[in-house]
Amino acid sequence: MSPPLLQVEHLTMRFGGLTAISDLSFQAARGEITAIIGPNGAGKTTLFNCLTGFYRPSVGRLELAHEDRRRFQLERMPDFRIARDARVLRTFQNIRLFPGMTVLENLMVAQHLGLTRASGYAVAGLLKLPVYRHAEARAVDRARYWLDKMGLVAAGDLPAGSLPYGSQRRLEIARALCAGPVLLCLDEPAAGLNPRESDELSGLLLDIRREHGLSLLLIEHDMSVVMQISDHVVVLDHGASICQGPPERVRSDPAVISAYLGMPEDEAAAIAGGGR
Amino acid sequence: MEDAARARPPLASALREAAIAAAVAAVLAVPLLGFRLVDSARGLSLDYRFLWILYAAAAVFAGRLALALTAHRIAPRLGAAFRDRAARVTLPENFAVRVGWSMVAVALLLPWLPFADRSLMSVATLVLIYVMLGWGLNIVVGLAGLLDLGYVAFYAIGAYSFALLSLNFGLSFWICLPLAGILAAFMGILLGFPVLRLRGDYLAIVTLGFGEIIRVVLLNWNEVTNGPNGISNIPRPTLFGLHFDSPYKMPAPTGQGFAEFLGMSFTPMQPIIFLYYVILVLVLATSVFSQRIRRLPTGRAWEALREDEIACRSLGMNPVTVKLSAFAIGAFFAGLAGCFFATRQGTISPESFSFIESATILALVVLGGMGSQIGIVLAAVLLIGLPESRWLRELAEYRMLAFGGVMVLIMLWRPQGLLARRSPTVTMGDGAGSPAP
Repeated sequence: MSPPLLQVEHLTMRFGGLTAISDLSFQAARGEITAIIGPNGAGKTTLFNCLTGFYRPSVGRLELAHEDRRRFQLERMPDFRIARDARVLRTFQNIRLFPGMTVLENLMVAQHLGLTRASGYAVAGLLKLPVYRHAEARAVDRARYWLDKMGLVAAGDLPAGSLPYGSQRRLEIARALCAGPVLLCLDEPAAGLNPRESDELSGLLLDIRREHGLSLLLIEHDMSVVMQISDHVVVLDHGASICQGPPERVRSDPAVISAYLGMPEDEAAAIAGGGR
Repeated sequence: MEDAARARPPLASALREAAIAAAVAAVLAVPLLGFRLVDSARGLSLDYRFLWILYAAAAVFAGRLALALTAHRIAPRLGAAFRDRAARVTLPENFAVRVGWSMVAVALLLPWLPFADRSLMSVATLVLIYVMLGWGLNIVVGLAGLLDLGYVAFYAIGAYSFALLSLNFGLSFWICLPLAGILAAFMGILLGFPVLRLRGDYLAIVTLGFGEIIRVVLLNWNEVTNGPNGISNIPRPTLFGLHFDSPYKMPAPTGQGFAEFLGMSFTPMQPIIFLYYVILVLVLATSVFSQRIRRLPTGRAWEALREDEIACRSLGMNPVTVKLSAFAIGAFFAGLAGCFFATRQGTISPESFSFIESATILALVVLGGMGSQIGIVLAAVLLIGLPESRWLRELAEYRMLAFGGVMVLIMLWRPQGLLARRSPTVTMGDGAGSPAP
């Protein structure tokens, strides 16, 4: 039995006197979509920042296992090495593209590491050797593949900052995919999308998972997306996990309902019971 | 009718404004115009010119009054219309390529044009040195977005490297040229380490300090740099062993001269033209290098870092290596330019590497348009070439005034710089390599 893709054990994150995450443990399985939900301020984005090395956790272990059984202790690695070596890629709640660069260039930057090697640390590239030209052509093809998936091929040469909001969200996902993630963390990918767009996004994420066996970690407020696509849901409230399980079970859990609606748990239990 | 009356500020307020301006002018004029040092037979003495203060105040009063009464009528028409048009000017697709190649052609033919005399060639050489410095700084400031106010330090390191290596170890210009570049790049990395975490204003302040430290060290390290007297008798470059010295020079030059080798007679123009071609080759190499590296992952990483450092880290890019490579490569070109500067001048001293040089080079980059190579050439011709040219030489005292004026106008009308047009480093059409520069 191979270890799960991601194992979070007793993760605690304190900022001064504030405990943003307290003693959180969960697992994310390989090839599954794991959703992290919870009310505002529950610590979801903090969890992402710990996973991707932007914060160093106060306590806890974050272990990522690749399919070839290599293991990474994420809590000990600097952010860029988590992306480069452990291949945990992420998007941001407030989109972070390179707005002045074109859409294609954004995707080329994501393939920075392989291209830098192919360019012989700029030496072969400066001499315009065929080695580098071929590597660049492959990188453009790869970018074109993901742009095609996201329906952005026509916009390839436009500045990324000039795209409409929904396209920018998809571009950010495409950029992370171009970097070849083992685990892709999406921070509210459906925020600001209209219902039709978020429906399309759900279909797209399911497609990507099916075709590429990709594992996803997802923060989302849009419950229709969460319920439609996730295999496993972790509910956070005040930095602690209050419920974990498949979407159907989470949906009818009294603790979850009370956290979302802000009512005592026995009332919520009545609603949950009545709902069935 | 009523609108017009309301729009025009009443005379009283205009008079008040003018009076305030005149008062300020009078206060400023006391130290600036009121006293004058006179070199009399008994030594220096002070001359008082209080009437001048009155003149200055009166002139400012009249000017401010006129401005207050008319500006609201003229300014919107003139300022806004011009600003909109200037900002909206976009350049055709292949403009840069065409202008670039014609500039190269002009530069190659310049020494053979009928009006090319000694002074023109030396101004052209100076302009080319600044073009090279501008392009080097453009990598750091324009591409990587790291505001470096101490760039002249690397220029100084290049110049002193060559001077010291050639005089102490007898190394030739062509061996020292890469060494000077590498030493400057090494200093660039050394400077880079402490400032990795800094951005924007803080980075500017630290680099400014670094530039001053280098200058102060050069000034005070007498045993090595000969302090404020500088280093002189720096050798000239040779062409495959052929020197360009006058055969009548004392002491007589060793080895074969270029003119002698070709069976021509020596003219003083030959060394000047040779130096011009040396810097031209260096400049062209810099141009090719920076255009190519911009299209490589290295160059894209610089631009991505300028746009969003956090996104860069989330994509697995090590910001340390990206920043240090920008500092090192920018410094490398400054080192090469410094090496050339030393051999051209024959004499260097710390005063050639003051802060004003850094500011001038930065002004070239800002004025030309961040990231625009041709813009920097235009800015160098405008800011370095024109003031040195024989027509404007007499106005040299007003150089800084004109400099400031030009900067203000550019910031008002074209804040993105003279020519600012970013061409993509890769397009969907060309999977196989990049188009010709």
